[in-house]
Amino acid sequence: MGSAMRLFSKAAGLSEYRATGAVERGGFFPNQYDLAAIGLVLAALVLVVAGGRQMTAPIAGLETSPISLDPGNLPDYALRTTLRMFAGVLASLIFTFVFATLAAKSRKAEIVIIPTLDILQSIPVLGFLTFTVTFFLSLFPSSQLGAELAVIFAIFTAQAWNMAFSFYQSLRSVPRDLEDVSSSFHMSGWQRFWKLEVPFATPGLVWNTMLSMSGAWFFIVASEAISVGDTSIKLPGIGAYLSLAIDQADVRAVLYAVATMAIVILLYDQFIFRPIVAWADKFRVETTASQARPKSWVYDLARRTRLVQSVTEPIGAALNAVAMARLSQLLPTPSLRLATRSSSPGLSKVLDLIWVAIVLAAAAWGFWTIYRYLSETLTLADAASTLGLASITLLRVIALIALSTLIWVPIGVWVGLRPAWTERIQPLAQFLAAFPANVLYPIAVIAIVRFELDPDIWLTFLIMLGAQWYILFNVIAGASVFPNDLKEAAAVLGLRSWNWWRRVILPGIFPYYVTGALTASGGAWNASIVAEIVKWGDTTLKAKGVGAYIAQATTDGDYPRVVLGITAMSIFVIVFNRLVWRKLYAFAAERTRLD
Amino acid sequence: MLMNAQTAPTSLRRPLIEVKGLRHLYHKGSTPDLVVLDGVEMTLRENEIVGLLGRSGSGKSTLLRSIAGLIQPTSGTITFGGTPVVGCSEGVSMVFQSFALFPWLTVLENVEIGLEARGAPAAERRKSALAAIDLIGLDGFENAYPKELSGGMRQRVGLARALVMHPQVLLMDEPFSALDVLTAETLRTDLIDLWSEGRMPIKSILMVTHNIEEAVLMCDRVLVFSSNPGRIDADINIELPRPRSRTEPAFRELVDRIYAIMTKRASKPSREGVFPGTGLGMALKYVSSNTLAGLLETVDASPYDGKADLPHLAQGLQMEIDDLFPIAETLQLLRFAELEEGDIRLTPDGRRFARGEVDERKRLFGEHLVTYVPLAAHIRRVLDERPTHHAPATRFQEELEDYMSPEFAGDTLHAVVAWGRFGEVFSYDDQTGTFSLENPT
Repeated sequence: MGSAMRLFSKAAGLSEYRATGAVERGGFFPNQYDLAAIGLVLAALVLVVAGGRQMTAPIAGLETSPISLDPGNLPDYALRTTLRMFAGVLASLIFTFVFATLAAKSRKAEIVIIPTLDILQSIPVLGFLTFTVTFFLSLFPSSQLGAELAVIFAIFTAQAWNMAFSFYQSLRSVPRDLEDVSSSFHMSGWQRFWKLEVPFATPGLVWNTMLSMSGAWFFIVASEAISVGDTSIKLPGIGAYLSLAIDQADVRAVLYAVATMAIVILLYDQFIFRPIVAWADKFRVETTASQARPKSWVYDLARRTRLVQSVTEPIGAALNAVAMARLSQLLPTPSLRLATRSSSPGLSKVLDLIWVAIVLAAAAWGFWTIYRYLSETLTLADAASTLGLASITLLRVIALIALSTLIWVPIGVWVGLRPAWTERIQPLAQFLAAFPANVLYPIAVIAIVRFELDPDIWLTFLIMLGAQWYILFNVIAGASVFPNDLKEAAAVLGLRSWNWWRRVILPGIFPYYVTGALTASGGAWNASIVAEIVKWGDTTLKAKGVGAYIAQATTDGDYPRVVLGITAMSIFVIVFNRLVWRKLYAFAAERTRLD
Repeated sequence: MLMNAQTAPTSLRRPLIEVKGLRHLYHKGSTPDLVVLDGVEMTLRENEIVGLLGRSGSGKSTLLRSIAGLIQPTSGTITFGGTPVVGCSEGVSMVFQSFALFPWLTVLENVEIGLEARGAPAAERRKSALAAIDLIGLDGFENAYPKELSGGMRQRVGLARALVMHPQVLLMDEPFSALDVLTAETLRTDLIDLWSEGRMPIKSILMVTHNIEEAVLMCDRVLVFSSNPGRIDADINIELPRPRSRTEPAFRELVDRIYAIMTKRASKPSREGVFPGTGLGMALKYVSSNTLAGLLETVDASPYDGKADLPHLAQGLQMEIDDLFPIAETLQLLRFAELEEGDIRLTPDGRRFARGEVDERKRLFGEHLVTYVPLAAHIRRVLDERPTHHAPATRFQEELEDYMSPEFAGDTLHAVVAWGRFGEVFSYDDQTGTFSLENPT
């Protein structure tokens, strides 16, 4: 664990706020905790399906309020979609505060929580849907609530792990002297949490929340209309509207949906994302005032308006009173930090060992459960063919990342070195990254159908449609902070053309590129589940790959195959992360840091 | 004249803090315990400013933090007003070297936070905070955030935040060392004025410093620490009248005396206490060869002509003891100079180095390195003996870890790599972590 933490802290400095736990933690190869976590997570999914199947009667159609393609309904749909989104964020926030704090404060919890989060991050979110839909519908049969919860849970799975990682990372790196101040003022655990730990973690948490919301739009569109076996969900919202438009092959309705989505993302960006990022800037721990502070006209306006102030001030005061409440007077809780230090090291080591043994035993039992469940219906040949399909999807992801790199790195560098262009292009790239690309899929599908293109090749591009922008905006960010003196030195030394790229700018932007490419690769794996099999009216286009396999098995309600497909994909993602991205991260941290 | 003037002999005043038999071990993994503090005894009485003076790593900050209740000593007792210190005590407040202000709170909120944690009513804490802000000269900055303030203003906030708690003892951990010279001087003077006029709601001050002049300027008593393990070497009463002036002969004399005490420790034979252990177990501290050459050249040239008084030299170079000592000690280790009684004197080879060209310097340095640094000789020997002339760094790291903590082993290896490269004794590839005898051609 020692060397792991060292790598962790080095890489964490690379890109200030990214909580890429899947990449930064641990050695290069999956270790026993990863294995344990895989076992536990997948076994939980199996149990959910196996239990849920007996409880549910198939729900033929849950259309309490049927969807219509009338564009007049779109504002209402957009609002419902957005509300689900915020419900998901709230749930993720609560999860983060509870579990990340637990992991940061208790070593025993940490042993289980951190590898589990790491694995959960790597499992394609859309794969969860199959299980969660079954589970929530069985909790609330014949009511819309179950379906709503399933969709909200999908959003939760898109955000929670990332946010929890960021929060955990921040809690572990609270400056020592600020901790000392809190102790010397006798702050209780509760006071310390709200006055020191949460504020310190806020910038990273906000940035990660906002970034993963971009991904969440994608999943909400995918999950508002979904069929798992005989169960089909259609919840009023943009996603369901789009899905109906696709079923009816209605081009105009698709365009309406695209436009609505664009407006929603724009409003979200201007009224939520930017004001919150600007507000969170004040929690940054830095010794000098930052040169480029995030700006937001909405935030500035709100701060200057007396009306807004008169509303927010009493709320702030009330919250502060809660944060500073001396809970310790009601129930005496000794500081966790001191408690761990004073307990005898020998005893705690033994307890740790017992705890690890319990966790590993549970994981072994988990693997046994998965094996028994799968071997009921599937053979080894199934497993082999699924791994083959996963390899095809892996090839797609690699090819597309290579292609996006070739296209966007030069463009990103060009833009990033020109401040005037950066100012204009950067928000656009961020907007495009937040825009759920699956809303655009029908347009591409129409083209493929019209020109009778080969789906195996052309559907491949869909998986990068949304993900490529992460490469672009990270490269722009890297190039725009490239030190001026290095630029000038390169010019004076006469470094030009290929030498300049190889010796100067590519190493300079490398850490940023790795961050972007890693995010893009995660997005691409997820997108493959919806991009390898697409419909337009009655036409279905299908590309060979594990994404299409999972999607098909989901539609058929073939749970063992879904489990197999997700297991295969998760293993590929985890191994790929460990073997490629983590090495690149370590390399970037060692060799190309500019400080 | 002075409200805090010693109205009774020191020994008769009431003791506030008593430290007895304090011992602090740093324990990590299977490595032998590192003794940070050993057998420390001290008393802090009412109405005095006591300075803890020593090199970095001498454990003076550890002592201060133990008194604050931030860390638990391995053994020994600390009593505050007669009762043992367990956890953070209400009677002390601390000022930090890094200021340690909450960046998301305004000046006023930062000053109030201790009272808020204590559960004081809003009106009362506002009143106390404003009074502290007023006292420390921060009026007008109440609504500023720390990042908008200069270092000096930030440390004033740190002071106000500590004083508002009305502690009996103010603990200060190198409070001025993160500030520039002029700002630090202003803050020292202001603090001493407030103290002398009895306007601060405190009974005593205990401060950590590595700046000898600062200690002599501010303190009534200075405890000089030695390193490895940290011990109190001397207890010096400073009976100069306030306000004190740095140029007074009595002041200079005291500074020289303390310098001599600190170098006497350093020049003991076999260098224990400076480079702990001998042979392979000698922990080394990296000093750049450019810095070594710079000091040699300075001492070699006029007006020093090969022999310099350390306080004088430090003043001329605008360096503090923490910066100057490691350089001088490395020169002594390599037998380019000798240290005694606060003086540094170059050896004949030291003077030859100072006057030599690059190649001559490298040759001398390489020779002395292999002769006087056992680790360098050891690495060279291993490389010579192996047919491939290659050896992994991990091998030496592990050997070193038999004698010291992994952290010290890493530092030591880092130093020897840099010096070996300069003296062309061996080369090192950082990417693969191997020593070799190859020179890039």
